[in-house]
Amino acid sequence: MTTHSDVNPSHGATLPSDPKAHHETFPWKHILGFVLSLVLTFAALGLVLSAALPLTAVIVSIVVLAVLQLLVQLLLFMHLTERHGPATHVLTLVFGFFVAFTIVAGSAWIMFTFHATVA
Amino acid sequence: MAYQLDAHHAPVDSSVPLEYATEDGSLKILGFWIFLAADVVLFSCLFATYIVLQHNTYGGPTAQQLFDVPGFVTETLLLLTSSFTCGLAIFEMHRNRLQPMIGWWIVTILLGMGFVGMEISEFAKYVGEGANITRSAFLSAFFILVGTHGTHVTIGIFWMLGLLVQLLRYGITAITARKAFVASLYWHFLDAVWIFIFTVVYLTGKVS
Amino acid sequence: MLPHYFNHLFVTGTDIYIADVLIILTSLGIVGVLTYFKKWKWLWREWLTTVDHKKIGIMYIIAATAMFFRGGMDGLMMRTQLAVPNNHFLGAEHYDQVFTTHGTIMILFMAMPYLIGLINVAMPLQIGARDVAFPYLNAISFWTFFFGAMLFNLSFVIGGSPDAGWTSYAPLAGPTFDPGPGENYYLFGLNLAGIGTLASGINFLVTIIKMRAPGMKLMDMPMFTWSTLITSILIIFAFPVLTVALSLLTFDRLFGSHIFSMTHGGMPMMWVNLFWIWGHPEVYIVILPAFGILSEVISTFSGKKLFGYSAMVGSMVAIAFLSFTVWVHHFFTMGAGPAVNSFFGVSTMLIAIPTGVKVFNWIFTMYRGKIRFTTAMLWALAFIPTFVVGGMTGVMLAVAPADYQYHNSYFLIAHFHYTLIGGTVFGVFAGLYYWWPKMFGFKLNERLGRWNFWTFIISFNVTFLPMFLLGLMGMTRRMYTYPPGLGWSHLNMIETVGAFGQAIGMMFLAVNIVWSIKYGERDVTGDAWDGRALEWSTTSPAPEYNFAHVPVVYGRDAFWDMKYGKNREKYQVKAKPYRPIHMPNNSGRPFLMSLAFFISFWGFVFKWYLVGGLGLAAVFVFMYLRSFEYDTDHYISVEEIEHTEAAAGRL
Repeated sequence: MTTHSDVNPSHGATLPSDPKAHHETFPWKHILGFVLSLVLTFAALGLVLSAALPLTAVIVSIVVLAVLQLLVQLLLFMHLTERHGPATHVLTLVFGFFVAFTIVAGSAWIMFTFHATVA
Repeated sequence: MAYQLDAHHAPVDSSVPLEYATEDGSLKILGFWIFLAADVVLFSCLFATYIVLQHNTYGGPTAQQLFDVPGFVTETLLLLTSSFTCGLAIFEMHRNRLQPMIGWWIVTILLGMGFVGMEISEFAKYVGEGANITRSAFLSAFFILVGTHGTHVTIGIFWMLGLLVQLLRYGITAITARKAFVASLYWHFLDAVWIFIFTVVYLTGKVS
Repeated sequence: MLPHYFNHLFVTGTDIYIADVLIILTSLGIVGVLTYFKKWKWLWREWLTTVDHKKIGIMYIIAATAMFFRGGMDGLMMRTQLAVPNNHFLGAEHYDQVFTTHGTIMILFMAMPYLIGLINVAMPLQIGARDVAFPYLNAISFWTFFFGAMLFNLSFVIGGSPDAGWTSYAPLAGPTFDPGPGENYYLFGLNLAGIGTLASGINFLVTIIKMRAPGMKLMDMPMFTWSTLITSILIIFAFPVLTVALSLLTFDRLFGSHIFSMTHGGMPMMWVNLFWIWGHPEVYIVILPAFGILSEVISTFSGKKLFGYSAMVGSMVAIAFLSFTVWVHHFFTMGAGPAVNSFFGVSTMLIAIPTGVKVFNWIFTMYRGKIRFTTAMLWALAFIPTFVVGGMTGVMLAVAPADYQYHNSYFLIAHFHYTLIGGTVFGVFAGLYYWWPKMFGFKLNERLGRWNFWTFIISFNVTFLPMFLLGLMGMTRRMYTYPPGLGWSHLNMIETVGAFGQAIGMMFLAVNIVWSIKYGERDVTGDAWDGRALEWSTTSPAPEYNFAHVPVVYGRDAFWDMKYGKNREKYQVKAKPYRPIHMPNNSGRPFLMSLAFFISFWGFVFKWYLVGGLGLAAVFVFMYLRSFEYDTDHYISVEEIEHTEAAAGRL
């Protein structure tokens, strides 16, 4: 639904004196996000360099770690959950991920099966 | 623009973060989120192409032979850190502190430049070894996927430089806040895409 | 670089020379008329720089009509060539070019801009908005589409047309088998237009989500707006795929990469895969808005609310999801094996279910209605059986083993012309007759409209029905001639007669437009058809700001409700005094930026990288200028609103 708040088209608008939404004075969320992303990155790197797991297990694990890292970016840096009206952007993004998954998994399935069939 | 309403010289809505304070601002942020969702699909096609072609080296260098661990790990760290500093800039923007915001903003730009510089030298090194875009389907897909991301980052740097000028000129207003917020979404998004390049291209290339 | 290409720059051949002369004469004519009537300034101020969604919509429709003419000429040339066996009206190479441009233009530069044009005209009015969410971006959408189409058409006279089919399959379309600039025109023209299409998708989605009139819930929206919403989502997620496919082939052709090559480990089938990941949602992008138009038209001219509104919405959502999971049915014969083909065959057949739901809903909407057989309604009525034929033959094609027989035969050609003409084009015609008074303030003539309708619909069936038979008899698509004695000759001749009949049908539309400009019934009420949605509540044509007061809505079919419904009283609230209206400024930059794109991409077509680079640099300069522009809008004063409303007799 449209929010029928009023509009200020001019660029002269300044920050309201008391921004209620952001009273934090130390960026805990960002530091947590940074630490998590470093941990996840080096965990993936360690899995690959140590060669402790079989190939498929390594690939599955590092893809899972990448997905976790994506969530870190979305939730801790990109303010994904900040809502001002309906969560249209979340729905759109989810559908985007669905299409992206379909394209990657579908193409791989189709092209590899094709390759195996004709080769 | 929010042409829905009759409003005339109306105040800014102070109950939400400044970038959402005008109707126009929230329209543009939503529009940009949707653009990012479209960009997810764009990259997914390049990833699909890379995955399908990654073993077609045609007697040329393989991923295993080509990629250099310290190089791509450094690139990753530069971009991860820049995403963090970009987040800090927006954090300071929400606290209405212009100087620290601009400071983190500049750090972000510099880290981004470092990333692009490293990527250019990485590409130059491969091409110098004869591993150029025409060598094999694997290398074609590699250069196009990673290069598309690099082009995105380069555009982001020019974008942030333009906003730097506007921040210095106008300070933190509803308009500059919205513009900076949108640019920060773009920057974090590129970091997320890089994580998948790091995983699917570089790490997978090293194990298989 | 220049001298090498210069020899081949201008296409030679008698027919091309005739076309050259016609193009030059037409251009001189346009320049002459504009100069004689001193209209240059008017053209620039009122049209080329406009950000008004209604004017942008009209420009889309004009451009699409021109492209319809171009694509139609291609169709007539093909049918003339195929009229008799062993014909040599066109050579093989020339025939290849003609079917390539026919398909590409009809899908991307006729069907899409017609629909996007009608969306621009009607959708913001239907939701009671004053413009789209991003009017400046809307102008960029139009001009990138326009210059993309112009770039594609330029190939006809400079450099040579693309000739690898509208699907441009690798490796045929790759640098080895198709050197020369023709395919580059295809790649750059489509990529330029694609930028605008993606921007339109985002723009419409944000508009519908955020800018509906107060009180209008999602489930109160007119069905055309719903179809726009779903179409926008399809555009947003399908067009990036096309962008990637085109760009990858561009890299192969310009920079020698090997994504789709036969050698160096490239995979030509990956092009086919990517092309149809976009291509199938594209089919729904051009059909869903037509479904929306038909829902409006059928409901209005039956005098009834749409039957099964929620089922209609649900089936469109289902179609949107499924359309991303069916793409292999375009290349079953690639041979990806039984598992892949079965999966995609079944998912394709599933789409028939929501489509069938919609057909029944239209029929039940008409049931016991007081049907008015206007021209718009005739197109809608003709749509239903025609589209059912197209859809049912589509289910036949979805049966993978049988598809090995039908694939690339005239059976397929007949199938998709029944869906694309019977669906999209009939829908567009219905929409044109329906919204014409809203766009221009006068109705098209109904008598000429019926001539237009009957000539076209009969000729359409004469052209395409025999194609089903020809396909089953073994005639394949894209063959430029055939020997006598195969039993194909009579049917081919009948089809050619039908094709010219369709051209005559279109002439009736042209005559109708010219006649109605002068004599057509003026629409002074704004409510030309006793309509149901909000676009009919404002004047025809609508003022720049659409609504002097933003309407408040209490349910579905808001304008019908306002006129006859149970909420009539609520709508009678005394009008507040006018307040200044906030509107975007016109800008010449979208036009100039797209022109820069055009010059840049034209340079890339010929591998003149200096031209290409400078053009792109100019594009970025225009983007920077926009970023630094803070004075982007203005207010329409109360006096001006009062003046406009008084002139329309609404004060």
